[in-house]
Amino acid sequence: MKIAIPVDEKTLESNVCPSFGRTPNFLIYDTETKESVFIDNSAAASTGGAGIKAAQTIVDNKANALLTPRCGQNAADVIKAADIKMFKTTFASVKDNIAAFIDGKLPLLDEIHAGFHGRAGN
Amino acid sequence: MKQLLILSGKGGTGKTTMASAFIKLADAKVYADCDVDAPNLHLITGWNAEPEKTDYYGLPKAEINPQLCTQCDQCRQNCRFDAISIDEKYKVDPFACEGCGVCTYVCPVGAVTMVSAVAGELMLYSDEEKLFSTAQLKMGSGTSGRLVTEVKKQMKPAAVDAELAIIDGSPGIGCPVIASLSGVDMVLIVAEPSISGISDMERIITTAAKFGTKTAVCINKYDTNMENTTKIEEFCKKQGLPFIGKIPFDLGAVKAINNGQTIVDIDCRSGRAVKEAYHKTMKLLFEEGGG
Amino acid sequence: MPDFMGGPAIKMRIAILSGKGGTGKTLVSVNLAAVAKKSAYIDCDVEEPNGHLFFKPEDVQEEEIFVKIPKVNHELCNGCRKCVDFCKFNALAYINNKLIVFDEVCHSCGGCILVCPEKALTEKEKVIGKVQKGISGEVRIYTGILNTGEATGIPIIKKLLEKDPEVNERALIDCPPGSACIVMESIKDADYCILVAEPTLFGVHNLNMVYELVKLFNRPFGAVLNKCLEEENPAEKFCLEKKIKILGRIPFDNELGRLNSNAEITVNKNEKYRLLFSALLDTVTKEVRHETTTNP
Repeated sequence: MKIAIPVDEKTLESNVCPSFGRTPNFLIYDTETKESVFIDNSAAASTGGAGIKAAQTIVDNKANALLTPRCGQNAADVIKAADIKMFKTTFASVKDNIAAFIDGKLPLLDEIHAGFHGRAGN
Repeated sequence: MKQLLILSGKGGTGKTTMASAFIKLADAKVYADCDVDAPNLHLITGWNAEPEKTDYYGLPKAEINPQLCTQCDQCRQNCRFDAISIDEKYKVDPFACEGCGVCTYVCPVGAVTMVSAVAGELMLYSDEEKLFSTAQLKMGSGTSGRLVTEVKKQMKPAAVDAELAIIDGSPGIGCPVIASLSGVDMVLIVAEPSISGISDMERIITTAAKFGTKTAVCINKYDTNMENTTKIEEFCKKQGLPFIGKIPFDLGAVKAINNGQTIVDIDCRSGRAVKEAYHKTMKLLFEEGGG
Repeated sequence: MPDFMGGPAIKMRIAILSGKGGTGKTLVSVNLAAVAKKSAYIDCDVEEPNGHLFFKPEDVQEEEIFVKIPKVNHELCNGCRKCVDFCKFNALAYINNKLIVFDEVCHSCGGCILVCPEKALTEKEKVIGKVQKGISGEVRIYTGILNTGEATGIPIIKKLLEKDPEVNERALIDCPPGSACIVMESIKDADYCILVAEPTLFGVHNLNMVYELVKLFNRPFGAVLNKCLEEENPAEKFCLEKKIKILGRIPFDNELGRLNSNAEITVNKNEKYRLLFSALLDTVTKEVRHETTTNP
């Protein structure tokens, strides 16, 4: 199973990035092969709709689950449409969250905020 | 590290006055001004040195190369924002252009390109002890959540080691406010006892609640309308929101600000009230299970 | 001071603006409209329109404001993603072989429709807010209301400021705060701009922003100093330095503050302020006339 996590830096020692849409990178971690792939989040520089574009990236990288501290409404719509399950990260470090996820200890993310969209751009 | 965000809903309620007093009282090592439309905090935080400045780029805007343009009028006809006009040559109004790129697409001769435009400036004040992150949007650039995110990002490396970071938020309830809310431990709302102030406060509380962020309320200039002050206090009680104090209208406050001082730099009524509010806020912010 | 009401019909558009909310923009606009008697009050602060709270207009008629957004014909869409790649606002996503449109993120540029090779996208109308017209005494009240979460209020402002053939009188335009493009749209056709400033260091900083804006747009303007105290007034100093005409001064006053915070129209309740705002209106009217004779 492939999981996606917004991360501050391109290392497993990194912390989870609090912003899903504007995280600099995503970690795509394969729980079976234990393989980590770091990808740039091209949405980080968007003036608007960053969450949508970031979610599209997650979908295109064929993740089955997303681990994130929070998620906006638009991004959540994309993630849900792709049948990707969302879990709420409960630790600062990426490693701890992956371990907790494998142990089935991460709660599902059910609180979706109104999002950053709106008065962006102009 | 704990992050305290000060918000108001409506502008002009005294958000920056409160933030500057809290920064002084806490001797905060890290703070930021997220009101990128009209930043004011730098006026009273006593930095003399020039800040480190970085250009902030918004969405690229269209530019027409008159040498290539054949005046076919396609760009003007397809622009939904009336941003292209003919004044002998075809020209783009950078304030009307929203950067959609349609003109680039329809131009048959490649005369229109999208050019990155500076939309504002990030400023970072720092010395061995303290760090202050702020920004100013350029005129006509419109509010931007991304610039707010950049302001907070600038503050972040230092904030990790600091015990407390204080953030002066943006007014309103739009995108920049939501961007300033992300990742904070507590929100303090500075309300004003007016009918429009109350409706704005209710809207901002709803927004903060969606984030699950701990929220407290104080009233500024409470004695300008006692009836509305009582209404706000009752509202907080009903909603179970901690009410952390009432600050009176005070000429001393105006004097202090005009001298570039915070209201706790001088002995005045409002300053004393703010001190009390500060201690209550800190207790709430650092109490067990917080954050 | 002579009143101009007896003269020929006065047709002028006066925009009231300030760098920040809470400086008294609405106070000045509402009370000027109220003393002008036959006038129009146009609330362009579409995110937080407050003027109607004061006027409590009657016979309110509503008109919805639409923008065009894309509609997908899934039968025709072949998943080429050209539209997704084109959209600078990230309003489109292609998930599980299906194109999704995010209405609130869309800026209605029409680009996706142009780039779609399969003609799978057409346009439909979406409501982003409304314009209300009502009447309060002799004042016509126009209010623009933007639905929360919408990208831009500019289409609403455009509608509000369309030349209404019924308006043959002075129009007072209550602008949104700040100096963003939405404010530029609001002052585009104004004959005169009133900048409202607070007597603090913050006030000066915010005044400077709108001062730069009206200069850029080459609009004639003057300043009203609000919340004046006995103390030294940094905003006044700024006006003197920059040679900005000071149109009037409104004192800091608990009575005024109380009336205003209870959404009362001060000039209807207090003789002193009726005189103050009448004088201000006369000053502004003269300024506009002067402008139109010297720069017709």
